Amino acid sequence: MAAIEILGLEKTYKVGFWRKRPKRALKPLHLTVEEGEIFGFLGPNGAGKTTTLKLLMGLVFPTAGTARILGRDWTEPEVKAQIGFLPEQPYFYDYLTAHELLDYYGQLSGVPGKGRKQRIEQVLGQVGLHDVKGVQLRKFSKGMLQRAGIAQAILHNPKLVFLDEPMSGLDPLGRREVRDLMEQLKQDGKTVFFSTHILSDAEALCDRVAIIHKGELRSVGAVEDLTSSVEGKVEIMWQGTYIPASMKALGGECHVTGDSVRAVIAEHQQDAAIDVLRRERIRLIAITPLRTSLEAYFVEKLQHVQTAAGSGVGSGL
Amino acid sequence: MTSRIACIAGNTFREAVRDRVLYNLIAFALLISGAAIFVGQISIDIERLVVVNLGLTAVSLFGVVIAIFIGIGLVSKEIEKRTLYTVLSRPVRRWEFIIGKFFGLAGTLVVNTFFMAIGVFGALLYVAHKFSKPDAFILVALYLIILEFLIICALALLFSSFSSPLMAAVFAFSLFVIGSFADDLRGFAGMTHGITRWFATGAAYLVPNFSALNVISLVAHQQSPGMHLILENTLYALFYTATALSGAILIFERRNLK
Repeated sequence: MAAIEILGLEKTYKVGFWRKRPKRALKPLHLTVEEGEIFGFLGPNGAGKTTTLKLLMGLVFPTAGTARILGRDWTEPEVKAQIGFLPEQPYFYDYLTAHELLDYYGQLSGVPGKGRKQRIEQVLGQVGLHDVKGVQLRKFSKGMLQRAGIAQAILHNPKLVFLDEPMSGLDPLGRREVRDLMEQLKQDGKTVFFSTHILSDAEALCDRVAIIHKGELRSVGAVEDLTSSVEGKVEIMWQGTYIPASMKALGGECHVTGDSVRAVIAEHQQDAAIDVLRRERIRLIAITPLRTSLEAYFVEKLQHVQTAAGSGVGSGL
Repeated sequence: MTSRIACIAGNTFREAVRDRVLYNLIAFALLISGAAIFVGQISIDIERLVVVNLGLTAVSLFGVVIAIFIGIGLVSKEIEKRTLYTVLSRPVRRWEFIIGKFFGLAGTLVVNTFFMAIGVFGALLYVAHKFSKPDAFILVALYLIILEFLIICALALLFSSFSSPLMAAVFAFSLFVIGSFADDLRGFAGMTHGITRWFATGAAYLVPNFSALNVISLVAHQQSPGMHLILENTLYALFYTATALSGAILIFERRNLK
């Protein structure tokens, strides 16, 4: 069963004071997220990521389209008991302590009173806020608020977690912890749908990603598939700083880094390059196919859209 | 459903307490005790009248100011600060949120009124040295003041559900002022003719009739407001509150939280 099925959701706002004119925030979106996967929803600022999440959370109403979450109509309140949501740059009732905040959300989510306290303690420990559980949120830093936000999203043990820019405001260590937490959620069988514009996070975490730009879905697929479109090149690393002349003759670009050399050559030259290293009795360290990074793929897609728009060509990718 | 409403109401009450809303009680305590001492020294035989009049008017005005200034932010502040997002993404229906907020504010005002009432009775005891049977009518006046608060809370929530806090405050306060002269407005409407009469009468009956809920002068003169008046006013206040809350819910149910 799909965790999320978005069936043509679209949103047009009316903007302006006197003469209201339509502004399309999201073009008809069709997207399926399978259960148990970490799904990255990527796009630049203003692409429509948050609008999509707000539509799925019932915070804004769609102009057209529908969606199913965990096999049920997404507007059913019962569905919401099984989902967790972290909004972008979350702000909470700052007069509450972290413990009180989670107790409040726990009650609203229907977490039974008997095990609630224990669950709150567990989640506070999970996000690293246990030591400050009695401190009012008005004294929290941005990163601590983000952690509190993640805590409230997973408190009621939801099957599906929506995170809008979860790494925003976190230091490198905090980002690492959130990444670990998301991987833990996946191991626990949860589905994670998160929006981000930090592509390295998406590349490290996601099973699949979707790229959205100007309210339109541009690409969906497994990270490996999207990043495997390389120009048929491999990277060879060997020990030492010596670069054989015959290796240069293969047309490889060689760079000395510390006590190793890194060369990028065409894939069909791979066997010849290994022969060179054997002949020269040089120790091979690694051979890896060179992949396009998700960032390079992302930038290429957006540039393609802009070029197509500039030349008057349709924006389909 | 009930537990979610109670939870939202409890949190609204806690917010008011932690935002030091009940600190107004200090100002009230100073006012009422100062007035009691002052009146006790200068008045002859009208100490009771002055203390009851002043005390109940202060209870009403303090409560109205709190109801308007908290009520107008109940929804708009939650939208502005986006605290609403994490509430409505849970199994909480929008109408439950509105009702919970209403009960939270109403609860705050009831608690506030309770402490103020203690102050009024304390001042009364100070100037009169003992309670008399007609002093029980003060409780009726306090009850009607609470009904007045319920209407104002519901109106503030209604305005808060579609306008900015500033505009909501202007609307709510204007209605409070106009509603305080509702009887005069109805009298004025009776003096007009033709289509003007229709419009004037319609408008006079549309605004909340706060003057009917005001029995302060009556109880200050130790007169009974009468059971009929209490019953009529209760039904009127509940109907008006329910209508205003329904309006707030209808608007909020359709609102996009951008």
